[in-house]
Amino acid sequence: MLAVIGTVPDQAFSLVAGTAELTGDRLLIAGQTCPIHRGTPALLAAALVTARTLGQPPPQAYLVGDLGLGDGSRQLYAFLETELPQRQYQVLCFHYLQPDVDWHNRIMFAIEAMASRPLLIADAGYMYVAKMSGQAGAYDLFTPDIGELAFLADEEAPHPFYTRGFILHEENLAPDLIQRAYAFDNAARFLLVKGRNDYIACRQGILATVSEPEVAALEPIGGTGDTVTGIAAALITAGYDIPTAALLAARANRLAGQLADPTPATQVTAIIYHLPRALADILAQALTTNE
Amino acid sequence: MGWRDIFRRQPAPAMPAAMAVGAGLLVFENTSEVIRAEKILKEAGWQVRVMGPPPEIQRGCDLVIEFPLVEKLRVLRVLADQKLTPLEIVPVNSPLLQPVSLFQTKDFGDYLMVRAANMKLTVHKASGEIVNVSGGGCPDVPYLAQALVGQNLATAPAPKDLGHTLCGYALQLAYEEMQRLCSP
Repeated sequence: MLAVIGTVPDQAFSLVAGTAELTGDRLLIAGQTCPIHRGTPALLAAALVTARTLGQPPPQAYLVGDLGLGDGSRQLYAFLETELPQRQYQVLCFHYLQPDVDWHNRIMFAIEAMASRPLLIADAGYMYVAKMSGQAGAYDLFTPDIGELAFLADEEAPHPFYTRGFILHEENLAPDLIQRAYAFDNAARFLLVKGRNDYIACRQGILATVSEPEVAALEPIGGTGDTVTGIAAALITAGYDIPTAALLAARANRLAGQLADPTPATQVTAIIYHLPRALADILAQALTTNE
Repeated sequence: MGWRDIFRRQPAPAMPAAMAVGAGLLVFENTSEVIRAEKILKEAGWQVRVMGPPPEIQRGCDLVIEFPLVEKLRVLRVLADQKLTPLEIVPVNSPLLQPVSLFQTKDFGDYLMVRAANMKLTVHKASGEIVNVSGGGCPDVPYLAQALVGQNLATAPAPKDLGHTLCGYALQLAYEEMQRLCSP
């Protein structure tokens, strides 16, 4: 089973642990609801739709309200420290959480105490802290966009805000940044880099590139990176190996985007709406090409 | 450099053996500001500590304050409320690092997108409406997106007034660059 761990931009949203359900454009978890238009709820919605398409159980959600003060994140960290050793999950997907190295390391100890070690995915703030902690290599998949990849490639930067200009520069090619991230041990076992071209990579190099369909308007739409991560997490939980899951997730997200016929003003809910059809098409295509 | 500075950088008085990973340092003009800032931040709930500066820091007094760097935006706001502004804020692990100053701009015809570090802000050119906020990883990003999307760039609240983290700060830089680009 997949567990997704993150935050909701609502101070009144108290800590919940439970099965996520989708009702219209809202998530329902243990009696609390939140919209799916951005952040971890968008990731969860994409994971839910993917699991449903595959006939898999819905993901578990560990969510808490946090507006960036870190209070909710710390409450969730403390809960997970005692919760995780008692649970069994195939995949843990960490998302929008206040980066805190001390808490990250305590959560890593809690994961080590689980009966069997789950696969670990990190995106957003938790990917930042995973790199900052020096334990990036303990993760199975990071899903950075191009700006975050530059941060992973900069061995000095403690946060993307401090990425050095010569690394961040637009002409830097993603393959060079991927190589640099691995050279300094700042990448997970696999990377899914989200951008104009999506790259699936490991320490040995780039395994696959996805550039079709090209939908330029997806880049400014908040949450499109979250949905890719959610799809990949659900596919991995369903048994796809990580590079294949990342590849199919990148393709499905692009296709859902294309089906939504977006402009830069489109919101991610419109893309999630087209995800079932996009997934069905991409999975059917993968069957015929034996991926 | 004055003659007193020659002596000033020798033994860093309170430098701890290990500084926190992911921490930042607040550099102030004089020690009375450091003492005031420490009191303000502790009262606001942060676990900060005062120490000697690393040798790379060439400005300020003999003491600096270590704090959680990711919360830079809120720390600055709390200090500014008490009329206190640090000379510099630097990451502990690499004090010479500077905040991102490189912007990527993408023109989508009717829309313009500005990226600063990991944060992207997109505006409808004709109306000035903020149509999307994307990127980022700290928990104030979805909150800022919620607050800004649908607002007009000219009247929207500044991310620095709502955000709390370095991602919020990066969005502020994108917002300022967008205002510069959209100004007549």
